[in-house]
Amino acid sequence: MNTDTLSPYILTLVTFVPLAGALLLTVLPRRDRDIRVIAFLVSLITFGLSLHLPVYFHRVIGGFQFEIDKSWISSPNIHYHMAIDGISMWLVVLTTFLTPLCVLISWKTVHDRVKEFFILLLILETALIGVFTSLDLFLFYFFWEATLIPMALLIGVFGHERKVYAAVKFFMYTMIASVFMLAGILWLYAHTGSFDFVVIRDLISRGQVSNFPAAAQWLFLGFFIAFAVKVPLFPFHTWLPDAHVEAPTAGSVLLAGVLLKMGTYGMLRFNLGLFPEQSRSNASWIMALALIGIIYGALVAMVQPNMKKLIAYSSVSHLGFVVLGIFSFTQSGLNGAMFVMLAHGISTGGLFMLAGILHERRHTYEISEFGGLATPMPVYATSYLFIVLASVGLPLLNGFVGEFLVLNGAFQAKPIYGILGATGVIWSACYLLWMFQRVFYGKVTHPINNGLADMLGFEKAAVWPCAIAAMVMGVAPILWLAAIDPAVQATLNALPQMVSKVVGQ
Amino acid sequence: MTQNPYLWLIPTLPLAGAAINGFLGRRSSKKAITTIALTFPGLAFALALKIALGFSSAAAPYVFNLAHWIRSGSLGLPNYFTADFAFYLDQLSLVMLLVVTGVGFLIHIYSVGYMSDDPGYYRFFSYLNLFMFFMLTLVLANNYLVMFIGWEGVGLASYLLIGFWFTKDSAASAGKKAFIVNRIGDFGFLIGLFLIIQHFGSLNFTDVFAKVQPLAAETTGAGLLTAIGILLMVGACGKSAQIPLYVWLPDAMEGPTPVSALIHAATMVTAGVYMVARSHVIFERAPMALTVVAIIGTLTALFAATIGITQTDIKKVLAYSTVSQLGYMFMACGAGAFSAGIFHLMTHAFFKGLLFLGAGSVIHAVGGEQDMRKMGGLRSYIPWTTATMGIATLAIAGIPPFAGFWSKDEILWKAYQAHWVYWLIGAITALITSFYMFRLLFMTFAGDYRGTQVDSHGHAHSAHGDHGHGEPHESPAVMLVPLIILAFLSLVGGLVGIHNGFEHFLEPVFGSEFPKTITEGSGNTEWLLMGFSVLFSFTGLILAYVLYVSKPYLPAKIAASLGAFYDAVLNKYYVDEIYAKVFVKPLVDGSTKILWQGVDRKVIDDTVNNAADGARQVSDEVRHMQSGNVRSYAGWIASGAAVVIAYMIWWGTR
Repeated sequence: MNTDTLSPYILTLVTFVPLAGALLLTVLPRRDRDIRVIAFLVSLITFGLSLHLPVYFHRVIGGFQFEIDKSWISSPNIHYHMAIDGISMWLVVLTTFLTPLCVLISWKTVHDRVKEFFILLLILETALIGVFTSLDLFLFYFFWEATLIPMALLIGVFGHERKVYAAVKFFMYTMIASVFMLAGILWLYAHTGSFDFVVIRDLISRGQVSNFPAAAQWLFLGFFIAFAVKVPLFPFHTWLPDAHVEAPTAGSVLLAGVLLKMGTYGMLRFNLGLFPEQSRSNASWIMALALIGIIYGALVAMVQPNMKKLIAYSSVSHLGFVVLGIFSFTQSGLNGAMFVMLAHGISTGGLFMLAGILHERRHTYEISEFGGLATPMPVYATSYLFIVLASVGLPLLNGFVGEFLVLNGAFQAKPIYGILGATGVIWSACYLLWMFQRVFYGKVTHPINNGLADMLGFEKAAVWPCAIAAMVMGVAPILWLAAIDPAVQATLNALPQMVSKVVGQ
Repeated sequence: MTQNPYLWLIPTLPLAGAAINGFLGRRSSKKAITTIALTFPGLAFALALKIALGFSSAAAPYVFNLAHWIRSGSLGLPNYFTADFAFYLDQLSLVMLLVVTGVGFLIHIYSVGYMSDDPGYYRFFSYLNLFMFFMLTLVLANNYLVMFIGWEGVGLASYLLIGFWFTKDSAASAGKKAFIVNRIGDFGFLIGLFLIIQHFGSLNFTDVFAKVQPLAAETTGAGLLTAIGILLMVGACGKSAQIPLYVWLPDAMEGPTPVSALIHAATMVTAGVYMVARSHVIFERAPMALTVVAIIGTLTALFAATIGITQTDIKKVLAYSTVSQLGYMFMACGAGAFSAGIFHLMTHAFFKGLLFLGAGSVIHAVGGEQDMRKMGGLRSYIPWTTATMGIATLAIAGIPPFAGFWSKDEILWKAYQAHWVYWLIGAITALITSFYMFRLLFMTFAGDYRGTQVDSHGHAHSAHGDHGHGEPHESPAVMLVPLIILAFLSLVGGLVGIHNGFEHFLEPVFGSEFPKTITEGSGNTEWLLMGFSVLFSFTGLILAYVLYVSKPYLPAKIAASLGAFYDAVLNKYYVDEIYAKVFVKPLVDGSTKILWQGVDRKVIDDTVNNAADGARQVSDEVRHMQSGNVRSYAGWIASGAAVVIAYMIWWGTR
């Protein structure tokens, strides 16, 4: 399929170049500037390499591509099996796109233990990419848990006041949930003798897994709970605001931008892929939770006095859209869910960077500490507004496309889902524009804010790519959808087959 | 259908202007900014004129597909959906196109004078050009989704321009309010679009309307088309400031006055009327939806007009007048007289644009003062403004042969055919309109000057702070020329309606298929009704003259005798206060106390933390160890996992 010379190795390269960079950093002397430059170059090279994927991806053929499948451990039967389709490809590129920006935004803001910081960041990047590229469930689970350690350390060591509490809460919360998925993976291995996603999926769809009908609901739930906590789906979301508020900016960007998508990606790939029948039968309460998340997250976001908590709760709302789209089982809904994942990664990543810029100047995220900032910081205010508008879902920016497709899909599934979800367009305008007004408009209320510096060079370099990406994705979403659409179709095509099989028994 | 590859240039040209001034304006000279700001909308206007000259009333629509935008699914499969950047021009969009580019260009010129001293000069024109881009996209769209780009985009431009003087809290709040209230309308619009996709598989105007065309009118009960119609109307109510979503428009007067003229009078607020007219194929088959449109329009017309009587801020009077006039346009559409609605949309763009620009000229003359009680006698200081505003007032009051007379008369006549109650309320509204508009004219220009120049300084916004001293002065030529052109249009703009000329021009769009039961002797009825409405207009004029010129002590007496009723009207029927109490406060308080501090912290988070504490205590007791948090959590995980795995293995092997 992908006939060029790089393609068989590209996924291995993209996944492990950051780790190699991290190893390189460990042996380098502690000269902070060198460390930063190397970290930036490594993340930039990774991004460049990852662009190989969309360039050489066969959109017409679809399916898993750039595949590499080597036996790794014979007993238990673990494979080094990696491949991507139109769904995971963009999540890989999202990760590699955001990481260099994370390096940039941390350029001057991380002063202590610079070396450790960037080592952790690069390890995290490898783990995140690995989650999206692995098709072997063992490998997947390995990367899945591997994201926890660097992220928890980034929060716990480099975070703000209550960093240890937040780090432990984050670690425990998501780890406990993951154990249920591990149990599910082990059950599947015990009954199929394989960790391979494709093998297991085919066995299940042919009805060749013993005791599967009886266990399927539990397996579905085991995977689902792990993903739902990661998303986070209401009511499993309370770890998120704490983690965000305490995390350093780069941590927040990757946490909201990529880490949460591990959950929705997992639902799309594993819940729908392995357990289509159970996905259908459980859809109604999951949709209900997603809708609660959309509205509840937005309303709670609206009344947050802390900017970062506000953005965190807005993520609960946005990720609710993603789950709503996935479980609508419509082409439009799933396409939209994928697009919201990417758009949210860009816009919320951008918002967290912008919040970090303010924290760097005033060491607080309290909205009441600001006001009238548009006067001393016009460029910052304009950049902020641009990202806010992307997040609000203004047409021609990226938020709109995904939300529209999700809501359309949800409406086609059941009108009331679409109607309730569509109230989100009102709420998002409420909480974001209100926050924007309190921070930027009016007269400067705290004299100290008069002297705040506008955006610095490295800050522009970190934020503006997000703004540009938001616009390109909004104007030419077709570039992304062309690859997403066939992958979603493939996922959906598996559903009716399963239905007829079960019905036929 | 004819391909016309120039269509997409019309909206894109102002976008280029917005981008250039937005990125480079901060460092450019004022002259350069002005050149860019005027050239691009000017070119768009020129291009629109060129296209118009080649476009007869019989011409087939022009179309152009620029590029793919969104596509989901594959052709032939269920749920296939696509929307392109596609443009469409027919007689209806041509009228809108000329109004938007023409009036828009005039207001750009005017703004060069009005905003000349503002430090945000480049920013203002960048936003104004951006508005033109979105408005023209809205007007030229060939599908609902591209229309929605323009629809939301003009909302953004409106938000930016209302809050242009963002250091003023009231301006910032007004901008936010406009955006959010519009979003409530957009919510309905979106649901309407989902319904259209669900049943017609497309959002392209031509596809949708072709599929709607063969459907029967839903005369017996509400069906799909009624639902779509009402949902679209919810969107239109937001954008066109109809009950119950009109509340943002009066507040929008916080923006600079040229913005009020262009966006909040002449163009953007008419987008809802345009959208309803564009969807006439749907509405014609949904009589119940039409009735709802007519009722909302009629009520809004009357309701807003009554508030207009009591306002003393010159721009607020005009704002409520705009809401009221938009109500007329809705009334027309609801009566099935779409061309009459569009006719009034056009004449209203002339005279209301002029009224706002004139008000701007007045405000400019008296150093930023907007309270009419501190004006008076301005006719001798600013004669050109007085004359042009006089013409506009005659036009809006419906005095023949000014423009408003023709279009309003057309609406009232069509409304009468739908139901006589619409006509009656419409005619009463015409009387009230005439009254409060002449009240405005007399309070501002007649009598003696009541202002104290030096004191008015405090009221001045930043652009005109330096005009606070000395006598009221006439505006510069760059502001007066647009006034004069618009005055000319307000004078003769209605003549295109003679012998139903305007209606014939729009016939390719609206057709004559909508059956209008012309009863015997209707010609006489028409003349009689026209006589009544002209009589009403003059009554309003005379009343205003008596109350505000010959017996100026009377209004206070009347107000006092009306007591609480007068207070209610003066306070805009307390609608803002009611909304705040019924919707906003419970939402904010409920979100804070119940959802966040209650559910989120007490219920969910405490449960989780207690579970963790519980696990720690258990492990403490079991192991008699000084456990830290991490260990106890780990123990909890391990035991939990063990239970689950054991259960599953037992279950799997059974």
